[in-house]
Amino acid sequence: MNEAIGESVATPPRLEWQVASVVSVTQETPRARTLVLAVPRWAGHRAGQHVDLRLVAEDGYQAQRSYSIASAPADGMVALTVERLDDGEVSPYLCDVVQPGDGVELRGPIGGYFVWEPAQRGPLFLVAGGSGIVPLMAMLRQRGRADVAARAQVPVRLLYSARTLDDVIYRAELEQLADASQAEVVLTLTRQAPPGWSGYHRRVDRTMLEAVSWPSSDEPNVYVCGPTSLVESVATLLVELGHAASRVRTERFGPTG
Amino acid sequence: MQTEELRLDGNAAGGVLRELFVQDMTAALGTCAGCGATGPVATLLEYGHGMGIVLRCPTCDTPVLRIVRTTGLLRVDLSGIRFLSIPSTIDE
Repeated sequence: MNEAIGESVATPPRLEWQVASVVSVTQETPRARTLVLAVPRWAGHRAGQHVDLRLVAEDGYQAQRSYSIASAPADGMVALTVERLDDGEVSPYLCDVVQPGDGVELRGPIGGYFVWEPAQRGPLFLVAGGSGIVPLMAMLRQRGRADVAARAQVPVRLLYSARTLDDVIYRAELEQLADASQAEVVLTLTRQAPPGWSGYHRRVDRTMLEAVSWPSSDEPNVYVCGPTSLVESVATLLVELGHAASRVRTERFGPTG
Repeated sequence: MQTEELRLDGNAAGGVLRELFVQDMTAALGTCAGCGATGPVATLLEYGHGMGIVLRCPTCDTPVLRIVRTTGLLRVDLSGIRFLSIPSTIDE
Protein backbone atom coordinates (compact mmCIF):
# COMPACT_ATOMS: atom_id res chain seq x y z
CA MET A 1 0.00 0.00 0.00
CA ASN A 2 2.79 2.34 0.89
CA GLU A 3 4.33 1.58 -2.46
CA ALA A 4 1.12 2.55 -4.19
CA ILE A 5 1.21 5.88 -2.39
CA GLY A 6 4.84 6.22 -3.41
CA GLU A 7 3.88 5.65 -7.04
CA SER A 8 1.19 8.29 -6.94
CA VAL A 9 3.74 10.75 -5.59
CA ALA A 10 5.77 9.92 -8.70
CA THR A 11 3.13 11.54 -10.95
CA PRO A 12 5.09 13.41 -13.60
CA PRO A 13 5.59 17.01 -12.59
CA ARG A 14 4.07 19.78 -14.61
CA LEU A 15 6.19 20.72 -17.57
CA GLU A 16 7.49 24.15 -16.59
CA TRP A 17 9.53 26.63 -18.54
CA GLN A 18 12.95 27.13 -17.03
CA VAL A 19 16.18 28.88 -17.90
CA ALA A 20 19.04 26.64 -18.96
CA SER A 21 22.56 27.96 -19.31
CA VAL A 22 24.75 27.30 -22.31
CA VAL A 23 27.85 25.38 -21.24
CA SER A 24 29.54 25.04 -24.62
CA VAL A 25 28.93 25.46 -28.33
CA THR A 26 30.40 23.31 -31.10
CA GLN A 27 30.15 23.98 -34.81
CA GLU A 28 29.16 20.65 -36.38
CA THR A 29 28.81 21.74 -40.01
CA PRO A 30 28.70 25.14 -41.73
CA ARG A 31 24.97 25.22 -40.93
CA ALA A 32 24.58 23.29 -37.68
CA ARG A 33 25.76 23.92 -34.17
CA THR A 34 25.54 21.89 -30.96
CA LEU A 35 24.64 23.64 -27.72
CA VAL A 36 25.41 21.81 -24.50
CA LEU A 37 23.06 23.04 -21.79
CA ALA A 38 22.98 22.85 -18.03
CA VAL A 39 19.32 22.53 -17.07
CA PRO A 40 18.68 23.14 -13.36
CA ARG A 41 15.61 20.93 -12.99
CA TRP A 42 16.09 18.01 -15.37
CA ALA A 43 14.47 14.67 -14.62
CA GLY A 44 16.46 12.84 -17.30
CA HIS A 45 15.34 12.04 -20.81
CA ARG A 46 14.82 9.20 -23.27
CA ALA A 47 16.56 8.91 -26.63
CA GLY A 48 14.38 10.56 -29.28
CA GLN A 49 12.77 13.19 -27.07
CA HIS A 50 12.86 16.92 -27.70
CA VAL A 51 12.57 20.21 -25.85
CA ASP A 52 10.60 23.34 -26.62
CA LEU A 53 12.79 26.40 -26.63
CA ARG A 54 11.54 29.98 -26.69
CA LEU A 55 12.99 33.40 -27.20
CA VAL A 56 11.31 36.47 -25.80
CA ALA A 57 12.05 39.87 -27.30
CA GLU A 58 12.16 43.01 -25.21
CA ASP A 59 8.74 44.00 -26.49
CA GLY A 60 7.32 40.67 -25.31
CA TYR A 61 7.16 39.02 -28.73
CA GLN A 62 7.81 35.30 -28.37
CA ALA A 63 9.08 32.71 -30.82
CA GLN A 64 9.05 29.06 -29.88
CA ARG A 65 10.57 26.02 -31.60
CA SER A 66 11.17 22.36 -30.81
CA TYR A 67 14.69 20.89 -30.87
CA SER A 68 15.62 17.25 -30.48
CA ILE A 69 18.05 16.13 -27.83
CA ALA A 70 21.27 14.71 -29.29
CA SER A 71 22.87 13.43 -26.10
CA ALA A 72 22.29 9.99 -24.61
CA PRO A 73 20.34 9.84 -21.35
CA ALA A 74 23.45 8.67 -19.46
CA ASP A 75 25.59 11.55 -20.73
CA GLY A 76 24.51 13.70 -17.81
CA MET A 77 23.89 16.80 -19.90
CA VAL A 78 21.52 18.03 -22.53
CA ALA A 79 22.93 18.63 -26.00
CA LEU A 80 20.82 20.15 -28.78
CA THR A 81 22.01 20.38 -32.36
CA VAL A 82 20.39 23.25 -34.21
CA GLU A 83 20.38 23.70 -37.97
CA ARG A 84 20.52 27.30 -39.12
CA LEU A 85 17.60 28.23 -41.34
CA ASP A 86 18.39 31.54 -42.96
CA ASP A 87 14.91 33.05 -42.72
CA GLY A 88 14.22 31.52 -39.31
CA GLU A 89 13.43 33.49 -36.18
CA VAL A 90 15.13 31.27 -33.61
CA SER A 91 17.83 29.16 -35.25
CA PRO A 92 20.00 32.08 -36.49
CA TYR A 93 20.13 33.34 -32.92
CA LEU A 94 21.06 29.92 -31.57
CA CYS A 95 23.63 29.32 -34.33
CA ASP A 96 25.22 32.77 -34.60
CA VAL A 97 24.70 34.67 -31.37
CA VAL A 98 24.41 32.42 -28.33
CA GLN A 99 27.61 31.97 -26.34
CA PRO A 100 28.62 29.92 -23.30
CA GLY A 101 27.16 31.51 -20.20
CA ASP A 102 24.02 32.73 -21.95
CA GLY A 103 20.61 31.56 -20.78
CA VAL A 104 17.87 30.08 -22.93
CA GLU A 105 14.31 29.32 -21.89
CA LEU A 106 13.16 25.73 -22.42
CA ARG A 107 10.75 23.07 -21.27
CA GLY A 108 11.22 19.35 -21.57
CA PRO A 109 11.88 16.56 -22.10
CA ILE A 110 8.88 16.05 -24.37
CA GLY A 111 7.56 13.01 -26.20
CA GLY A 112 6.83 9.36 -25.53
CA TYR A 113 6.22 8.02 -29.03
CA PHE A 114 9.36 8.76 -31.02
CA VAL A 115 11.62 7.22 -28.38
CA TRP A 116 13.84 4.18 -28.34
CA GLU A 117 14.63 2.08 -25.28
CA PRO A 118 17.46 -0.48 -25.19
CA ALA A 119 14.93 -3.01 -23.92
CA GLN A 120 13.34 -2.98 -27.39
CA ARG A 121 15.22 -5.95 -28.77
CA GLY A 122 15.64 -6.54 -32.44
CA PRO A 123 17.35 -4.68 -35.25
CA LEU A 124 17.23 -0.92 -35.23
CA PHE A 125 16.87 0.79 -38.60
CA LEU A 126 17.31 4.56 -38.57
CA VAL A 127 16.54 6.82 -41.53
CA ALA A 128 17.55 10.48 -41.29
CA GLY A 129 17.15 13.43 -43.60
CA GLY A 130 19.32 16.47 -42.81
CA SER A 131 19.06 17.55 -39.19
CA GLY A 132 16.65 14.65 -38.65
CA ILE A 133 19.81 12.81 -37.60
CA VAL A 134 19.70 14.54 -34.19
CA PRO A 135 17.20 12.38 -32.25
CA LEU A 136 18.57 9.28 -34.00
CA MET A 137 22.06 10.21 -32.79
CA ALA A 138 20.75 10.09 -29.21
CA MET A 139 19.63 6.51 -29.94
CA LEU A 140 23.01 5.59 -31.47
CA ARG A 141 24.81 7.13 -28.52
CA GLN A 142 22.62 5.34 -26.01
CA ARG A 143 23.19 2.04 -27.75
CA GLY A 144 26.91 2.79 -27.87
CA ARG A 145 26.99 3.10 -24.07
CA ALA A 146 25.68 -0.45 -23.66
CA ASP A 147 27.95 -3.45 -23.16
CA VAL A 148 28.91 -5.76 -26.02
CA ALA A 149 26.28 -8.38 -25.19
CA ALA A 150 23.49 -5.81 -25.10
CA ARG A 151 24.70 -4.26 -28.35
CA ALA A 152 24.68 -7.66 -30.03
CA GLN A 153 20.94 -7.84 -29.31
CA VAL A 154 20.41 -4.66 -31.29
CA PRO A 155 22.24 -4.50 -34.62
CA VAL A 156 21.81 -1.02 -36.04
CA ARG A 157 21.82 0.50 -39.50
CA LEU A 158 21.61 4.17 -40.31
CA LEU A 159 20.62 5.52 -43.71
CA TYR A 160 21.39 9.23 -43.70
CA SER A 161 20.43 11.58 -46.51
CA ALA A 162 22.32 14.88 -46.60
CA ARG A 163 22.78 17.54 -49.26
CA THR A 164 26.57 17.29 -49.37
CA LEU A 165 29.29 15.52 -47.41
CA ASP A 166 29.99 18.78 -45.57
CA ASP A 167 26.38 18.84 -44.39
CA VAL A 168 26.69 15.46 -42.65
CA ILE A 169 26.27 16.26 -38.96
CA TYR A 170 28.37 14.14 -36.52
CA ARG A 171 30.39 12.86 -39.50
CA ALA A 172 33.52 11.96 -37.53
CA GLU A 173 31.53 10.21 -34.80
CA LEU A 174 29.52 8.26 -37.39
CA GLU A 175 32.73 7.21 -39.16
CA GLN A 176 34.10 5.99 -35.83
CA LEU A 177 30.94 3.97 -35.18
CA ALA A 178 31.20 2.42 -38.63
CA ASP A 179 34.95 1.75 -38.35
CA ALA A 180 34.44 0.04 -35.01
CA SER A 181 31.65 -2.06 -36.58
CA GLN A 182 29.27 -0.64 -34.00
CA ALA A 183 26.83 0.51 -36.62
CA GLU A 184 26.36 0.24 -40.35
CA VAL A 185 26.28 3.77 -41.71
CA VAL A 186 25.06 4.43 -45.25
CA LEU A 187 25.15 7.98 -46.59
CA THR A 188 23.33 9.32 -49.59
CA LEU A 189 24.13 12.77 -50.92
CA THR A 190 21.31 14.58 -52.70
CA ARG A 191 23.25 17.48 -54.19
CA GLN A 192 27.01 17.62 -54.59
CA ALA A 193 29.17 14.55 -54.12
CA PRO A 194 32.94 14.85 -53.76
CA PRO A 195 35.18 13.51 -56.54
CA GLY A 196 35.51 9.75 -56.32
CA TRP A 197 32.35 9.40 -54.18
CA SER A 198 31.26 5.77 -54.40
CA GLY A 199 28.20 6.00 -52.16
CA TYR A 200 24.62 6.80 -53.04
CA HIS A 201 24.04 10.10 -54.78
CA ARG A 202 20.29 10.59 -54.96
CA ARG A 203 17.20 10.92 -52.79
CA VAL A 204 16.14 7.93 -50.74
CA ASP A 205 14.03 5.67 -52.94
CA ARG A 206 12.50 2.22 -52.89
CA THR A 207 15.55 0.47 -54.34
CA MET A 208 17.81 2.07 -51.75
CA LEU A 209 15.51 1.13 -48.88
CA GLU A 210 15.29 -2.44 -50.12
CA ALA A 211 19.07 -2.63 -50.29
CA VAL A 212 19.79 -1.02 -46.92
CA SER A 213 16.93 -2.05 -44.62
CA TRP A 214 16.50 -5.43 -43.02
CA PRO A 215 13.70 -7.48 -44.57
CA SER A 216 10.37 -6.97 -42.84
CA SER A 217 10.54 -10.58 -41.63
CA ASP A 218 13.38 -9.53 -39.30
CA GLU A 219 10.91 -7.08 -37.71
CA PRO A 220 13.29 -4.14 -37.28
CA ASN A 221 12.24 -1.17 -35.19
CA VAL A 222 12.33 1.72 -37.62
CA TYR A 223 12.71 5.42 -36.80
CA VAL A 224 12.44 7.99 -39.59
CA CYS A 225 13.15 11.67 -38.97
CA GLY A 226 13.67 14.57 -41.33
CA PRO A 227 11.77 16.91 -43.62
CA THR A 228 8.09 16.04 -44.09
CA SER A 229 8.50 14.96 -47.73
CA LEU A 230 11.31 12.51 -46.88
CA VAL A 231 9.56 11.12 -43.81
CA GLU A 232 6.29 10.52 -45.62
CA SER A 233 7.84 8.93 -48.70
CA VAL A 234 10.16 6.69 -46.66
CA ALA A 235 7.37 5.58 -44.30
CA THR A 236 5.06 4.81 -47.22
CA LEU A 237 7.75 2.83 -49.05
CA LEU A 238 8.66 0.83 -45.94
CA VAL A 239 5.03 -0.16 -45.41
CA GLU A 240 4.84 -1.13 -49.09
CA LEU A 241 7.92 -3.28 -48.49
CA GLY A 242 6.00 -5.16 -45.82
CA HIS A 243 7.03 -3.42 -42.61
CA ALA A 244 4.25 -3.07 -40.06
CA ALA A 245 3.17 0.57 -39.87
CA SER A 246 3.19 0.30 -36.08
CA ARG A 247 6.91 -0.47 -36.18
CA VAL A 248 7.76 2.51 -38.38
CA ARG A 249 7.91 5.55 -36.12
CA THR A 250 8.10 8.95 -37.71
CA GLU A 251 8.90 12.50 -36.74
CA ARG A 252 8.59 15.38 -39.18
CA PHE A 253 10.93 18.36 -38.91
CA GLY A 254 9.60 21.68 -40.10
CA PRO A 255 11.18 24.39 -42.23
CA THR A 256 10.49 27.21 -39.76
CA GLY A 257 13.59 27.61 -37.68
CA MET B 1 7.53 26.91 -49.91
CA GLN B 2 5.42 23.86 -50.53
CA THR B 3 2.53 23.49 -48.10
CA GLU B 4 3.53 19.86 -47.65
CA GLU B 5 6.64 20.97 -45.79
CA LEU B 6 4.53 22.99 -43.36
CA ARG B 7 2.74 19.83 -42.27
CA LEU B 8 4.26 18.40 -39.13
CA ASP B 9 2.92 15.77 -36.75
CA GLY B 10 1.68 15.25 -33.23
CA ASN B 11 5.22 14.94 -31.87
CA ALA B 12 5.54 18.69 -32.32
CA ALA B 13 2.42 19.25 -30.18
CA GLY B 14 3.86 17.26 -27.26
CA GLY B 15 4.81 20.38 -25.33
CA VAL B 16 1.51 22.23 -25.57
CA LEU B 17 -0.36 19.01 -24.81
CA ARG B 18 1.58 18.80 -21.56
CA GLU B 19 -0.05 22.11 -20.63
CA LEU B 20 -3.36 20.23 -20.71
CA PHE B 21 -2.43 16.74 -19.55
CA VAL B 22 -0.20 15.55 -16.72
CA GLN B 23 1.42 12.85 -18.85
CA ASP B 24 2.94 12.66 -22.29
CA MET B 25 0.18 12.49 -24.88
CA THR B 26 2.16 11.73 -28.03
CA ALA B 27 2.13 8.00 -27.26
CA ALA B 28 -1.58 8.04 -26.32
CA LEU B 29 -3.92 6.32 -28.76
CA GLY B 30 -6.67 8.54 -30.12
CA THR B 31 -9.77 7.42 -32.00
CA CYS B 32 -10.98 9.83 -34.68
CA ALA B 33 -14.60 10.89 -34.27
CA GLY B 34 -14.85 11.21 -38.05
CA CYS B 35 -13.74 7.80 -39.31
CA GLY B 36 -12.97 5.72 -36.23
CA ALA B 37 -9.30 5.25 -37.10
CA THR B 38 -7.13 4.75 -34.03
CA GLY B 39 -3.47 5.65 -33.74
CA PRO B 40 -0.87 7.43 -31.63
CA VAL B 41 -1.42 11.17 -31.20
CA ALA B 42 2.16 11.55 -32.55
CA THR B 43 0.96 10.34 -35.95
CA LEU B 44 -1.76 12.98 -36.32
CA LEU B 45 -0.87 15.62 -38.89
CA GLU B 46 -0.14 19.02 -37.41
CA TYR B 47 -0.89 22.25 -39.17
CA GLY B 48 0.36 25.32 -37.35
CA HIS B 49 -0.94 28.81 -37.80
CA GLY B 50 -0.35 32.16 -36.15
CA MET B 51 -2.37 31.53 -33.03
CA GLY B 52 -2.31 27.79 -32.55
CA ILE B 53 -2.39 24.36 -34.07
CA VAL B 54 -4.77 21.91 -35.67
CA LEU B 55 -4.11 18.16 -35.49
CA ARG B 56 -5.84 16.24 -38.27
CA CYS B 57 -6.57 12.56 -38.72
CA PRO B 58 -4.04 11.07 -41.18
CA THR B 59 -6.76 8.76 -42.53
CA CYS B 60 -9.72 11.10 -43.18
CA ASP B 61 -8.35 14.61 -42.51
CA THR B 62 -10.93 15.37 -39.80
CA PRO B 63 -9.67 18.06 -37.40
CA VAL B 64 -9.18 15.92 -34.31
CA LEU B 65 -7.81 18.50 -31.93
CA ARG B 66 -7.62 22.28 -32.13
CA ILE B 67 -5.64 24.47 -29.77
CA VAL B 68 -5.70 28.25 -29.96
CA ARG B 69 -3.81 30.54 -27.63
CA THR B 70 -5.17 34.01 -27.00
CA THR B 71 -4.21 36.46 -24.31
CA GLY B 72 -4.68 34.67 -21.02
CA LEU B 73 -6.55 31.76 -22.59
CA LEU B 74 -5.75 28.38 -24.06
CA ARG B 75 -8.82 27.36 -26.08
CA VAL B 76 -9.11 23.66 -26.85
CA ASP B 77 -11.55 21.84 -29.13
CA LEU B 78 -11.37 18.07 -28.60
CA SER B 79 -14.60 17.24 -30.41
CA GLY B 80 -12.74 15.30 -33.12
CA ILE B 81 -11.50 12.74 -30.60
CA ARG B 82 -13.98 10.03 -29.75
CA PHE B 83 -11.73 8.17 -27.34
CA LEU B 84 -8.28 8.55 -25.83
CA SER B 85 -6.27 5.67 -24.42
CA ILE B 86 -3.34 6.93 -22.37
CA PRO B 87 -0.46 4.66 -21.31
CA SER B 88 -0.35 5.06 -17.56
CA THR B 89 2.94 5.41 -15.76
CA ILE B 90 1.11 5.41 -12.45
CA ASP B 91 0.25 2.05 -10.88
CA GLU B 92 -3.18 1.59 -9.39
